[in-house]
Amino acid sequence: MTAIDFSHRAVEMSGITKKFGDFVANENINLTVHRGEVHALLGENGAGKTTLMNILYGLLKPSSGNIKINGKTLTISDPNIAIRNGIGMVHQHFMLVEPFSVTENIILGNESTRGFGILDAGKGEKEVKRISEQYGLTVDPKALIQDLSVGSQQRVEILKTLYRGAQILILDEPTAVLTPQEIKELVAIITNLTEAGKSIIIITHKLNEIKQMADFCTIIRRGRHIDTVDVSEVTEEDLAAKMVGREVSFRVAKEKRNPGEKILDIKELCVEDSRGIMVVNGLNLQLRKGEILGIAGIDGNGQTQLIETLTGLRKAKSGRIEVLGKDITNLPPGKIINNHKVGHIPEDRQKRGLVFEFNIAENLILETYFKPAFSEGFSLLHKNIYKNADTLIEKFDIRPRDATLQAKSLSGGNQQKMIIAREVSNEPELLIAAQPTRGLDVGAIEYVHQALVAQRNEGKGVLLVSFELDEIMNVSDRIAVIFEGKIVGILDADDADEKKIGLLMAGGTAKE
Amino acid sequence: MTGTKLKELFLKGPFGLTLISILLGFLVGAIVLLIAGFNPAEAYWAILRGIFAKPKYVSYVIIYSTPLIITGLSVAFALRTGLFNIGAEGQFIVGAMAAAIAGYFIQLPMLLHVPLCLFLAMSAGAVWGGLAGHIKARFGVHEVISTIMLNWIALYLSNWSLTLQSFGKQGTGKSHMIQETARIDLFGQWKITEAGIEFIRSHKVLGDILKSPVNLGIIFALLFAFLMWYILNKTTLGYELRAVGFNPDAAEYGGINVKKSIITSMSIAGSLAGAAGALQVMGVGHKIAKLAIMEGYGFDGIAVALIGNNTGPGSVFAGFLFGGLKYGGAKIQDAVGAPTEVINIVVGTIILFVAMPKLIQMLLKFRKG
Ligand SMILES: Nc1ncnc2c1ncn2[C@@H]1O[C@H](COP(=O)(O)OP(=O)(O)OP(=O)(O)O)[C@@H](O)[C@H]1O
Ligand SMILES: [Mg+2]
Repeated sequence: MTAIDFSHRAVEMSGITKKFGDFVANENINLTVHRGEVHALLGENGAGKTTLMNILYGLLKPSSGNIKINGKTLTISDPNIAIRNGIGMVHQHFMLVEPFSVTENIILGNESTRGFGILDAGKGEKEVKRISEQYGLTVDPKALIQDLSVGSQQRVEILKTLYRGAQILILDEPTAVLTPQEIKELVAIITNLTEAGKSIIIITHKLNEIKQMADFCTIIRRGRHIDTVDVSEVTEEDLAAKMVGREVSFRVAKEKRNPGEKILDIKELCVEDSRGIMVVNGLNLQLRKGEILGIAGIDGNGQTQLIETLTGLRKAKSGRIEVLGKDITNLPPGKIINNHKVGHIPEDRQKRGLVFEFNIAENLILETYFKPAFSEGFSLLHKNIYKNADTLIEKFDIRPRDATLQAKSLSGGNQQKMIIAREVSNEPELLIAAQPTRGLDVGAIEYVHQALVAQRNEGKGVLLVSFELDEIMNVSDRIAVIFEGKIVGILDADDADEKKIGLLMAGGTAKE
Repeated sequence: MTGTKLKELFLKGPFGLTLISILLGFLVGAIVLLIAGFNPAEAYWAILRGIFAKPKYVSYVIIYSTPLIITGLSVAFALRTGLFNIGAEGQFIVGAMAAAIAGYFIQLPMLLHVPLCLFLAMSAGAVWGGLAGHIKARFGVHEVISTIMLNWIALYLSNWSLTLQSFGKQGTGKSHMIQETARIDLFGQWKITEAGIEFIRSHKVLGDILKSPVNLGIIFALLFAFLMWYILNKTTLGYELRAVGFNPDAAEYGGINVKKSIITSMSIAGSLAGAAGALQVMGVGHKIAKLAIMEGYGFDGIAVALIGNNTGPGSVFAGFLFGGLKYGGAKIQDAVGAPTEVINIVVGTIILFVAMPKLIQMLLKFRKG
């Protein structure tokens, strides 16, 4: 927070308006970012943050408005122009080529050649190494993208922008996919970057991160510029209220409940990952009706594979899974969803949760399209399908209110709301929620948490897997800690604290 | 407002892209003609005349287009489920063979014989396509590889069938003609009667049309196009297949049986290509002949599907375009002396421009899984 050069306006966007058809995604927005400044963009899901940044990066054309970069007015009609003017962007969804190496990905489209078009990989590699050391962006230049963790992939994306000479970096929800440890590393990287005179625009829904990293914060609500504040002068509550337009409660209200019969019983479960390593290794866990059981743990301790096995997407090596006393081990997903009433909010909504090219209405029936409500014989009942969509869009506040929009044109948070609407409306007995609030704004998080608690209050079982310790502690009735594929401790939420859980997550024992 | 919407549809939608590609195709063709020393305007005029100058020509274009439309539908259908059916060629061959066999050996009244031949041919095509789907679902072998192999097996199977004493007409490399009851020609019999000949002589338009082998094939093609549109957009099956095509991971998550969908989709695609083969036998050739190489109906279907943006109506449009260029284009040789190959360049260029963005997308998809 020291390096800001107020005499140098790196970015000056003024009066930016963007319309999609009749829908106004950005309306007369102003944004100024100085050299060496970290500027946060805050706003609800669908407020228009990504749209604004896509305009700055040349991916979208504004309907009206003016952009100055380093004091010079520019028409940024495509990303190449943005890149040439020192703007780099790391998207909400990465755009890396999986089977290629880190270096190859970074120099893609910007290859240094030894003449005759022969790729000079050595030179690229050296340069990549130099940049990564300068800013503390540690990655192995030779590693293949597909073998990297999400956090490392993100560092590759950042490296790529720096390699192309970025002075202004746009990071769209970089922390949504990161573990707490990775977030710490990112904060350090951002500090290094600003000290080198770079400007950062960061989008995040996590208010504590804004407090921690940003100098200024611009708040957008429904496409409109609400305020730009000096972060040191406001509290998290102030920010939340400005963003949603009302007070937001960070704690979930829930009264005590007595859990009922056993709904999920996992016995000695063993599961291999795709490389054949036993990542779930003799796991035992029980969940009762009317209970939210949170699974805390550091990413990569078998959570993903556990959930995939519970939902039929991956085969168990050994062990047994029972739902309401019935064996569901290795049943196909359709059976588990329909016969055993298991709902699933998947961890990776891009990959699993949505068919991007389907519209909202079609996505909302992904598990129920064949049911009498939506089909008759072979035919789909389009009228019912769209009526269902309109109801859920209203009830779950999916924006914009248009069932015919393709899922890919929705903002990240609204995509998530759509999945939650689908899963909850399917009335599952057991709801498995993996990272259900990833990428959601505080208002929406409040909403999701309330939805989970409502499930519990109706006597349903909820299994919550999250890397966010706050979320786990806030929502769960009991907390199970997973470490190296086993449950290493179960705590009552009432007498759990960060320290105890943290210790278990790191492989320590519950007794201090 | 509506003006800009219309503009966007034309400029950005698949429709606009296709139209621009078609124009570019003709432009490149014109340049080639110029370089070769011919007058492009004259050549294109010759093509247009070759298509529209006589009712007979139009009729021929329709006949030429029919199998292309249907193999186009076959490829398009599979592509909508994310599968690349290079095997339409082989499915076409087994369909033609099945229709020729059933049409020759079985004796039935027409109302039963025609549907039976078509049914058997579609079943043969479905088996051929379904086999590739099965191999993919079971063993993970990519359908491009298995269908190419199945194409050759179909070709040799068909040639071998002609060596059978009872089926092949010995020494001719051709099969016996199918029964009259298995044909879908319009007025085929009547045309060669006295009255028929008299009619053709005295009626200018209708008579001229009847000089071509008019048949019911196009009706079936349009019916199939409608069915494809209906299945994909209005049925639960279509929903499943499209979900698998767009995102197999999400489909699996939603409880859709992805492997079954792959087999189903390839079977339906195969049955369509099989029908194309059958209709060609039943409406035009009335027999099958020994194949030295692939005839290319299935491969042309790939082009038709790509130009038609993988939809039913699109394939009909692209099939006619392709059929027209094929038939009309053959005439520039006589008219202006330009080589017919120019037409292949035009078609090739159109496909290149239409397919380029899609092909790149597809290749990226294949590389991922
Ligand atoms: N191509 C498009 N066509 C139509 N509407 C769009 C398009 N892109 C975005 N929108 C709409 O514009 C609005 C703003 O979207 P945007 O992605 O900018 O939101 P966001 O603030 O980044 O939200 P989130 O926090 O959920 O990522 C949304 O309502 C979205 O549905
Ligand atoms: Mg966004």
